[in-house]
Amino acid sequence: MINIVDYGIGNLKSILNILNYIGVNSRISNSIDDIKNADKLILPGVGHFKTGMKNLIHSNLIDTLNEEVLAKKKNILGICLGMQLMTKHSEEGDCDGLGWIDATTKKFQLSEPLKVPHMGWNNVNYKKDTALNKNISKEPRHYFVHSYFVDCNNKEDVLATTLYGNEFVSAFQHKNIYGVQFHPEKSHKYGMELLRNFNQL
Amino acid sequence: MSLRPRVIPVLLLQNGGLVKTNKFKNPKYVGDPINAVKIFNEKEVDELLLLDISCSVSDSEPDYNLILEIVSEAFMPVGYGGGIKTVDQAKRIFDLGIEKIILNTSLQAHPDLVSQISSIYGSSSVVANIDYKKNIFGKHKVYFKSGTVKSDYNPLEWAIKLQDAGAGELILNNIDREGTYTGYDMALLSNISKKIIVPVVVSGGASSLDDFKNAIDAGASGMAAGSMFIYKRPHNAVLISYPSAADLKNIYN
Repeated sequence: MINIVDYGIGNLKSILNILNYIGVNSRISNSIDDIKNADKLILPGVGHFKTGMKNLIHSNLIDTLNEEVLAKKKNILGICLGMQLMTKHSEEGDCDGLGWIDATTKKFQLSEPLKVPHMGWNNVNYKKDTALNKNISKEPRHYFVHSYFVDCNNKEDVLATTLYGNEFVSAFQHKNIYGVQFHPEKSHKYGMELLRNFNQL
Repeated sequence: MSLRPRVIPVLLLQNGGLVKTNKFKNPKYVGDPINAVKIFNEKEVDELLLLDISCSVSDSEPDYNLILEIVSEAFMPVGYGGGIKTVDQAKRIFDLGIEKIILNTSLQAHPDLVSQISSIYGSSSVVANIDYKKNIFGKHKVYFKSGTVKSDYNPLEWAIKLQDAGAGELILNNIDREGTYTGYDMALLSNISKKIIVPVVVSGGASSLDDFKNAIDAGASGMAAGSMFIYKRPHNAVLISYPSAADLKNIYN
């Protein structure tokens, strides 16, 4: 059972839709018991970093998440803002994050004709082999919508990069903590492969 | 490197069915929208646009059940337009799993709806659609209510107004070309895309991969097409198609 953590932000339904489609048991819930009982967690999110952190704090889930993820080492996948919230700090709203990974979230500084947000399909280049990207199709492409990106301090944490002006971290992995900047739930078979792999961790 | 432009099938909905129009007129029933979405899914399309053309004319609510049914089968970004007049309606649609809200008719009276929604959901989630055609003096004018209500705006001034209001993307839809296979309105596209910062999607008249290529050269970030992907010519038999990955690669290079 995968629990999609509901903290009042983001497009949760489309993640549930694709997990249903590929036959993975999942639910959307903000209950502490559900989060504790789940095999795995997904931390979704779209929107502003500070709003995301505020919502997490108001939902009283941070202690439970810290315990499940850091102490019990439960596998968790952060998607888009969910990935960014796992970092120590974001330039968006000058706000501290969950600090699960040694990284910061920074604003794209790009020149024309590159537009911000980075919105559309782009290639994802994996830098290491993990169970999350095992046996996935060649030249995977994914759908992105974001104006900020994650900058990892430890190179070993970088799971994949994507080129947009410069190379940025489009996926990271540190022990049981996974994050993807793109939207696997909106990326056809490439997203399905990744979510299937996550389910099998 | 910049992102490769998106090729976007447009699905017109009317009373729960999938229809196709010609210059916004004579809607023909062409099938079940959910079935069409399943096929576009298999073809791994970049994005889908759903436009419910019954809502604005009959002043009805979006068909939330139908949208949910469609989105449950759509594993690509989906934009929805039709009958959205309030932030609450937009929220309901986002909650169903739609990425982008497309606004049009309601903006005539309430252009601030763009900023109200984009301040909550981000500008990349709010798309403004501009329907336009030539008036009897040969000047382009913006139309509302599925092309039935004329305004005094010209497309460029309306585009700038909507961009300033916080729209993250604009769709330029030429009513005179819709369903006609006569190619996109390249003159207006190149003029507007030079003056607009946000991504511009061109719509109305697509007939070939060359049209897509030309539109990219003229500054389009997305190319929308309806008839081209729903009909097989010359007899307009209903047959859903989409360019292969190899064909798409060619037009980008």
